[in-house]
Parts: sequence; C-alpha cells; structure tokens
Amino acid sequence: MATATQVTTPLPGTLRLGWERTRFELRTYFRERDAVVFIFAYPVIMLAIFATVFGQDGASVDVGDVRIPFAQYFLPGMVATGVMLSSFQNLAISIAVERDEGALKRLRATPLPPASYFVGKVGQVLLSSLLQTTLLLAVARVVFDVPLPADAARWATFAWVFVLGTATGSVCGVAYSSIPRSGRAASAVVTPVVLVLQFISGVFFQFDQLPAWMQQVAALFPLKWMAQGMRSVFLPDAAEQLEVGGSWQLGMVAAVLLVWLVGGLVLGVRTFRWRRRDDG
Amino acid sequence: MPGAVLEVIGLRKRYGDKQAVDGLDLHVDLGEIVAVLGPNGAGKTTTVEICTGFRHRDDGDVRVLGVDPQRGDRSWRSRIGVVLQTNNDLAEASVGELVRHFARFYPHARDPDEVVDAVGLREKVGVRARQLSGGQRRRLDVALGIVGSPELIFLDEPTTGFDPQARRAFWDLIGSLRDDGTTVLLTTHYLEEAEHLADRVVVVDRGTVVAQGAPQELGGRGARQAVVRWSEGGGVREERTDTPTAFVAQLGARLGEVPGLEVRRPTLEDVYLALVDATPDDEERS
Repeated sequence: MATATQVTTPLPGTLRLGWERTRFELRTYFRERDAVVFIFAYPVIMLAIFATVFGQDGASVDVGDVRIPFAQYFLPGMVATGVMLSSFQNLAISIAVERDEGALKRLRATPLPPASYFVGKVGQVLLSSLLQTTLLLAVARVVFDVPLPADAARWATFAWVFVLGTATGSVCGVAYSSIPRSGRAASAVVTPVVLVLQFISGVFFQFDQLPAWMQQVAALFPLKWMAQGMRSVFLPDAAEQLEVGGSWQLGMVAAVLLVWLVGGLVLGVRTFRWRRRDDG
Repeated sequence: MPGAVLEVIGLRKRYGDKQAVDGLDLHVDLGEIVAVLGPNGAGKTTTVEICTGFRHRDDGDVRVLGVDPQRGDRSWRSRIGVVLQTNNDLAEASVGELVRHFARFYPHARDPDEVVDAVGLREKVGVRARQLSGGQRRRLDVALGIVGSPELIFLDEPTTGFDPQARRAFWDLIGSLRDDGTTVLLTTHYLEEAEHLADRVVVVDRGTVVAQGAPQELGGRGARQAVVRWSEGGGVREERTDTPTAFVAQLGARLGEVPGLEVRRPTLEDVYLALVDATPDDEERS
C-alpha cells in the first residue's frame, strides 16, 4: 500500500502548530504598518499627547490633598485601551481580512487543526499586548515620571484584569469579525465602535465628569470596567472616591468581563465562517 | 476500480433555483492528469469544492482517496493538495517563510527549498507575497499546495490571467508533478491547457459531463474526421473522410495538381465548441 508510511508518521501536534502559528502571526503583524501605528503604538502616542496637552504647567487631578498628575491619571485608561485594541480591534479586522482574501479557506484545506489557528491568534494577541503594555508603562515611568505600584496585590489585580480583558476582547473580536462584509470595509466597521467606546468609557476624560446617561451606556460595555480595574492598580487609594460608586467595584469588573467573555464565545462559535459570505 | 484515486458518481448540487451540478460522474486514476474543461458556470468549481470537503453535496457518492470528503479528517487532508482560485492573502510573508510554515502542517512534507526550486521561485525566496507578479503568485499557491507531498492535487483554474509565456512555464511545472507520480485534477476553460497537460479531458457543461477522453480522441471518431476541400467546376467541394491520404491521391490521379487543395483536421476547439453548443440555453450562465 502506498499509504502504509502515512499511518506510521503522526500528524504534528495541535499545540506545537499553535506555537508555529503564533510565531507566524507575530512576524506578519509587526510588518503591517496600519496595525503597528493604529493598534500597537496608538496608546503610547495618545498618552504622550494627553499628558503633554492636559499636563501643561503641572496641572493635575486633585482629590483632597492628593494631586494626581495627568499622565498618571490617563495611564490606566490607555492600558485598558491598549488591551482592547490588541485583542478586539486587531482580531476583528485581521480575521475579517483573512476571510475576505481567502487565507482562512486556504488554511482550512490543509491539515492545520482549527484549534491551532485560534491558539496562534490568542498567542499573538497575548504577546503583542504584553509588549505594548510594557512599552506604555516604560514610557509613562521614564518620560512622564509616573510612579508604578510597588505592592504585589496591585500587580495581581493588574494581572487578572489584563488576562481577563484580553480574553474577552479576543473572543468578542473573533465574533465581530463576521460583521464586515469585506476586508476593505473591516477598518471602517470596527474602528468607530472602538473610538466611541474610548470616549464614553473615560479613557480620554474623567469618567465621573461625563453625563450620567453616558456613564450608564458605557457601563454596559467591557472597556469602562477594564479601565476602572486598571485605575485601581495605577491610581492612589484616594482616587477611589472619584469613582461613580465610590468604590473600585472589582467584583463588577470581573462579572461584566466574564459575561462578555461567555457571550462572545457562544456567538463566535456559532457564527465563525472559514469562507466569505458570498462564497456559499 | 483499484486504481481510482477519485470517484464521483451522480453528483448533484443546487444553489437556490440553479442546479449547479446535475448528475456528474468523474473518476481519476492513480498518476493521471485529468482536466475538467467547461465554460464559466458549468459546475467545475463546485465539483472541486465538494471533492475537497468545502461544500456538502445534495446527492451522489464521492470518494477521494477512499474517503467521503464530508468526513475527511486531518490525515486525509494531509494527503491532498488544494490550489483554489484567485488568492491575494498572506501578503506580508515571504515566499520562503510561507513554504516553510506550511510544510510544518504535514507529516511528510517535502524539503521547502526543493519546493521553492521546483516552482521556479528561487530568486524570489525572500520576497513578500504582495510583491510577486500574478504568475509568481500562482506558483507560490502551487508550492503551498504541493509542499505536503500530496497523493492528489486539485488545481482550480490555475492559469487564469496568465500571459502565454507564464502559462508555458506553469505547464512545465505541472508536467514535473506528473513525473513525481502526483495525481492531478485541474479545471480550466483554456483548451490548449487541457490539450497540453491532460491525459484525459472531461468536458462539463450545465453541471454534467458531455464528453471525455484523451485530448486527441475527444468527441469520438466522427468528430475527428478530416475535411478535404478543393475547387472543381467553378465551386468549392468538401469531403469528410477517415482516409484523407487515399482520398487526395484519387483526386490527384483524376485532376492532376488539385486546385485550392486543403486538408484540415478539426482542432480540439472545434470539437469542444460543437459539444458545448449542442446544448442551447445560455441564459443561466454567469
């Protein structure tokens, strides 16, 4: 039998191929100029602009005697934005483009397991957003003199908000990637959603100064909660009283992110397509 | 049949009110190159997509390497190669990176460097896919299709949009696959391509096979009779014959130097057009 040898050599393992995909995804991601500017570098650029513009003459957000410099005040929102861009915006656009251009269909025709494809996406998102956040924190610390937390408890909070936020953003991104009708339209369909969320979720403004109805709308979406969780990490304890509920509400942060995680997962599994919509 | 690598019997597929494939039969033997030839909308791509597991059939029986494509698992996929129509994906990776990357998906991959050489992209190995010409891009598609050393490769309209030189070079590439013992099923609407490459041509129209055979024998003996033309008595005379040499010898004996003599065999194109035109109604074709 010509097939005798086929049986004896095992197929490459799913996780090994997932790592192979991760490396491939990372390499091509950093070659995409749009992605590098509008996803990877964006939070750093925005932090620099906001801290410079609002922080002129040493202006700050004051809570009683505690002065919080603008750079420090905006940092948590930018960290949260970075996580959302690297996970949600990145996957929603890149998968829509891959579907439209036939990359998904091509992969589907190979023995690559679908699980390895998604492991590759998750690996790329995790590593690139970790790198992005590190860069953001380094710039905040070195250029804008923002003090970073010293205690383990805050970093533990950072870790779970980061991981849960990345996971939620990723599954929502996979689900949302089915909405754009073409790869060309993907940016136009994804970016406004992300921008609006940034504005209403207190990334660019002090959340407590937004109109009440806007706060209520923002509270339905994960970004507001992710930013709030990050504020609990990077702002002094005194800032807690600026929060709308007078508390960091970390339980709610976890709950809302989890609801979106599960919802996005169910929707994504049901709607994911390897082919374009007009391709049967 | 023991040598059959691909066997399709009574295949049917309908999209809305269009019967794309309508009782199609097809078999491909080990080591054969078979060209499925037909006009646009004849059902070629749908058939390939059913055979490669992308679509479900409405009716009929399909076996590819002994497996129903709807139930094809990873090990089955590792034994077939698929080159689909027009792709512009994977733009940011280089030729060498892509071939090496895809090689890792397979248990019996060929050496990536040899594959790059085989498709004639040695000089482009470090060039990103976005910078390749149409012909080079298609060669890359073939490289990714053959790197897993498939037993059977599907090529869906591989040379659409090529200039004649690129097409020639591509044919040489497919010829070299045959030399490696790979079985090839290709679809095309170029007659010269089918004639040049295929051991057997299957003409498909309106979702069903209207003729098949070696390129030289397609359409049967009658379709291949030579046509002898000459001038006699102030008009053009014409005779269809299986023995043109003898016929022309008779003419010469009778008339001396025969005025306006012309002996012509129908080309594959003549035969093909006769086959496809035999069924009117072009309304539904897209």
